[in-house]
Amino acid sequence: MNFMHKLASVALVSLALTGPVSAQDASTVKLALIDGQSGPNGFIGESMRQHLQFFAERQNAAGGVAGGKKLDVIAFDNKFDPQETIVQLQKAIDAGARYVFHGNSSAVGAAIVDFLEKHNRRNPEQSVLYINFAALDPVLTNEKCSFWHFRFDADVNIRTAAITNQIKNDPSIKKVYLFNQDYSFGKAVRTAATQMLKEKRPDIQIVGDELIPLQKVTDFTPYIAKIRATGADAVISANWGNDLNQLVKTGGELGLPVKWFTYFANGEGGVTALGAAGVGRVFAVSEWHMNVPNPTTEKMADEFGKKYNRDMFFYRLDTVIAMLARSMNEAKTVDPKAVAEKLETMTYKTPLGDTYVRATDHQFYQPLYVSVMADDVPKKLEKTPFGFKTVGMSAAKETEVPTTCKMRRP
Amino acid sequence: MTSTFTSRHTGRIVWAAAIVLALLLPELVASKTALTKMCLIGITIVFALSYNVLLGQTGLLSFGHAVYFGLSGFTAIHLINLIGQHQLPIPVLLVPLFAGITGAFFGLLFGVLSTRRHGTAFAMISLAIAELVAASSLILESFFGGESGITTDRSNGPAFFGIDLASQLQVYYLIVGWGVLSAIAMYAYTRTPLGRMAAAVRDNPERAEFIGYSSRMVRLLSFIISAFFAGIAGGLAAINYEIMTATNLSTAASGSVLIMVYIGGAGFFYGPIIGAILISLIQLSLSDITPAWLLYLGLLFVVTVLFAPAGIAGLVERHIPPLRAGMLHRLIPPYLLSGGAGLVFAAGVIALLEMNYHITLNAHEGPLLGLFWMKVDTGQPMAWVAAIIVTLVGFYLFRRTWPIVANAWNDLDSRQPGDLR
Amino acid sequence: MATSVAPLLCCYAWTKTLLEQLAISTLNGVIYGMLLFMLASGLTLIFGMMGVLNLAHAAMYMLGAYLGYQISKTLGFLPALILAPLALGIGGALLERYGLRRVHQHGHVSELLFTFGIAFMIQEAVQMIWGRIGVPYRIPSALDFPLFRLFSTPYPAYRIFVLLLAIAIFFGLFAALSRTRIGLIIRAALTHPGMVSMLGHDVPRVFMLVFGAGAGLAGLAGVIGGPIFVTSPSMAGALGAILFTVVVIGGLGSLPGALLASLLVGLVQTFAVVIDVSLDDVFKIAGFTAASTGVFSDIRHTTVAQIAPILPYLMLLVMLVVRPRGLFGSRDV
Repeated sequence: MNFMHKLASVALVSLALTGPVSAQDASTVKLALIDGQSGPNGFIGESMRQHLQFFAERQNAAGGVAGGKKLDVIAFDNKFDPQETIVQLQKAIDAGARYVFHGNSSAVGAAIVDFLEKHNRRNPEQSVLYINFAALDPVLTNEKCSFWHFRFDADVNIRTAAITNQIKNDPSIKKVYLFNQDYSFGKAVRTAATQMLKEKRPDIQIVGDELIPLQKVTDFTPYIAKIRATGADAVISANWGNDLNQLVKTGGELGLPVKWFTYFANGEGGVTALGAAGVGRVFAVSEWHMNVPNPTTEKMADEFGKKYNRDMFFYRLDTVIAMLARSMNEAKTVDPKAVAEKLETMTYKTPLGDTYVRATDHQFYQPLYVSVMADDVPKKLEKTPFGFKTVGMSAAKETEVPTTCKMRRP
Repeated sequence: MTSTFTSRHTGRIVWAAAIVLALLLPELVASKTALTKMCLIGITIVFALSYNVLLGQTGLLSFGHAVYFGLSGFTAIHLINLIGQHQLPIPVLLVPLFAGITGAFFGLLFGVLSTRRHGTAFAMISLAIAELVAASSLILESFFGGESGITTDRSNGPAFFGIDLASQLQVYYLIVGWGVLSAIAMYAYTRTPLGRMAAAVRDNPERAEFIGYSSRMVRLLSFIISAFFAGIAGGLAAINYEIMTATNLSTAASGSVLIMVYIGGAGFFYGPIIGAILISLIQLSLSDITPAWLLYLGLLFVVTVLFAPAGIAGLVERHIPPLRAGMLHRLIPPYLLSGGAGLVFAAGVIALLEMNYHITLNAHEGPLLGLFWMKVDTGQPMAWVAAIIVTLVGFYLFRRTWPIVANAWNDLDSRQPGDLR
Repeated sequence: MATSVAPLLCCYAWTKTLLEQLAISTLNGVIYGMLLFMLASGLTLIFGMMGVLNLAHAAMYMLGAYLGYQISKTLGFLPALILAPLALGIGGALLERYGLRRVHQHGHVSELLFTFGIAFMIQEAVQMIWGRIGVPYRIPSALDFPLFRLFSTPYPAYRIFVLLLAIAIFFGLFAALSRTRIGLIIRAALTHPGMVSMLGHDVPRVFMLVFGAGAGLAGLAGVIGGPIFVTSPSMAGALGAILFTVVVIGGLGSLPGALLASLLVGLVQTFAVVIDVSLDDVFKIAGFTAASTGVFSDIRHTTVAQIAPILPYLMLLVMLVVRPRGLFGSRDV
């Protein structure tokens, strides 16, 4: 990582407009992470890079893949922009990567799926597989589903299934308020939540259904007053970033007595922003959290924390790498098509339970924890006195949702 | 008289060479990444040139130019989809033209509102319109496709004389074709009476009014023309990326084109082209080297505003008279001296910034940072002291040597007072 | 008897909820508006006097919040309340003296672009120093309690503190402008800069002072706004654009205009949130039904509450078309 060396090489290749081309090396498998690495939200991409690096190194230490090949992580900054993503994707492919990892933003996810569908059709010998580990728009495993895309995170509908499972068992909840951002993702949550609540708890009344413009609200007090006026017991919100943090924080400040069922409160920066306002009130869904009692994952999280001086978050990447490695080993090749065919029918036992990929839409299913923010837990997050503790769990099967995917296979 | 002729002559040769180079470039570089980058740069050049019809030509500072790029791009995507469903009997090749017309339409619509004013007021109205459109784009889902945007397949349309646009190379030539046409058209516009009136309105609206022109009408027409070419760029982007999303019409996209044009030099026709190429390359490649690339871009911008308000093109133009007079060599020694000091200063600043970023972002990689050709231990106070000393010494030397450059210029200016300004 | 009481009871409860909403929304709107005013006052004075729209104003607000966090962590909230605005004020004055004044000769566009670049750099510098995740800037514990109950809502003391401080600032500014000598010069320079300069006053120095004071006010707003809002690198972006709308709606250089526009924007945004009516509902009452696909259906289904946060931009556009000088402005933008 010599700065000047990199500067010189990039300057040279930029002049020649060729980009960083490294020779194809048969002894490594290149995993390209394409995500935002700069700008105000750059910390998420940076954290993803560290996680991917960490789990790839563990796999390498355990003998690599497909007969001793090593995994090599290279990161590309797409600045969260779909069009920039396509340029960076082309860069990654030219650099020899056949596996693309990406998480932030479903818009970028859709762009990658779309690009790869065409690219793999036009250049079958250079096929690329897309591992999506955090873009949650259901569209990616429904209307836009693709053979070349695997989603290793619970999408909006699956998370809503886990949340409504939790609400089903909580008799104190009688009135629910839906509070989402006004775009495809927020709308998906609102549709799924309305429908699932009707099935699981017909007695629950949906007293509010708010859609706010994405990242435009600066003051949340009027919304809090509005929620209070409806007498809601619980709010379901797929908001993220400021739209979530400020909502919950303002609610706490104004003493709004509701339970917040969120999709992203456990993400990085969450507890820092929420503070004491979230304790006992903010619920989140995840495949794992720091206070899941399991010696294997605890050890892993400790190692990660020591190495990177930040909390482990993307536990799912461990499962991804393990399953990818097994697919490569079984297929005895690192060719993306052969690997995808192994991967799509795989069942895998993680330290936390049974997981599987559903072949019809390439959605991965895993046990999901519903947890609540607490101050009486052993593992705290982000050097605050807060962490999350489990309040409920759904097995992989219990979260399965239908799909409309009609996959075009190569 | 002769010198004007020669300069025009040289100019034409340079332009012809640039076009030939653009056509031959795919033969010279083989990689697909390069082709992708060149397509992006081509589109950006058209977009930047269209922005300069506003900023450089008419003196209108807009913070919302991406609106026209984006709206036209979305229209283009819908058009290509219609063509794919055989509902529209036009070749995909012509889509940029229709995108341009869309751009002009929205230019007229929003231009009527905003061109009543100029200066700061115009800038603020453009910002308000940009915010409005950006916010609406997420609400009006059936047209903008929500967060995931709208996608298309450019090769679904009927092939036009064997051109189906499936390969990136065909797209590249399409972009070059439309790009050259647009550039020629925009250059021609600067030579029309309207273009000259626009410049007059930019320099002195009252005077323009006195000689009988409605400065508002001139601004509006310029605005529409600018939006038309932004629309062509948007249409090309739709064909090239086959996806348009809300980020395409965000204020960030508008800010980006502004930075390009200003750094390149808004006062000269070729300035935006330089800016588009340079900033695109910075965005594409500098982000591979350092997470601080945005900061460097900001620094470059502020330095340009402070010390080279005419941009890179302005710097180039400044050196042409001494070059013609055969006296450019007199500037070389002072430049080397002062440039060396400037490099020391820049190295110090870069070292400090990189060390700072390293300890906030990459602390886990250990205190060692690969900087230039050496390893720096950011845990050692001495490393910081050294970086600070380099910065201060560089700054001091630069301050001391800069007067030598200034003197050299003064010297040149006094020798050939007529020719050199 | 019982049958006639029931609807009365229901209406009583309904009226009470309505009143509660009204009272809380008003209070919330006023506090938000006053916070906007603290930012807008500096901006409008700078704009009015120097013709410079300081695009870095929101970034200075963010910097104020971060400095406030840093200082209150070590020295306490009260020192932060004084030191952070002071630091920003000095920084702002230096910026004017060695930056803006330099580019002034190249015209307003260059000045605007200079502040644009500065905003860009503050944004990156904040991330470089404090990291890209936000910082846990909390309400000081001495002010962290519910002050009174408004119907069923416990109202936090800190927000009332913000309100009082903002009112004090308004009166302080007003007094400084109308009662002091420098205020007199500033007011004169707002309308007749050439004349003031000819009378022998050092107009550039006044500019520097005003710019510094504006930056200081932005910093103060950051220090007190930081704990209410989330102190993170994205906090400047959301507020910046709203601020410009406030300044233009109020009229450039007009302090009362800025106050009125701030309150207006604050209240409109707050009250619009409560209105869950879409065009479709209006059509239904009128007896129309229409096809339910396409862009027009999107527009029809959008409620007033959904577009609440973009209403300021709409107001700005309307204002610029109808009355370009703003509410209290003495001249066109």
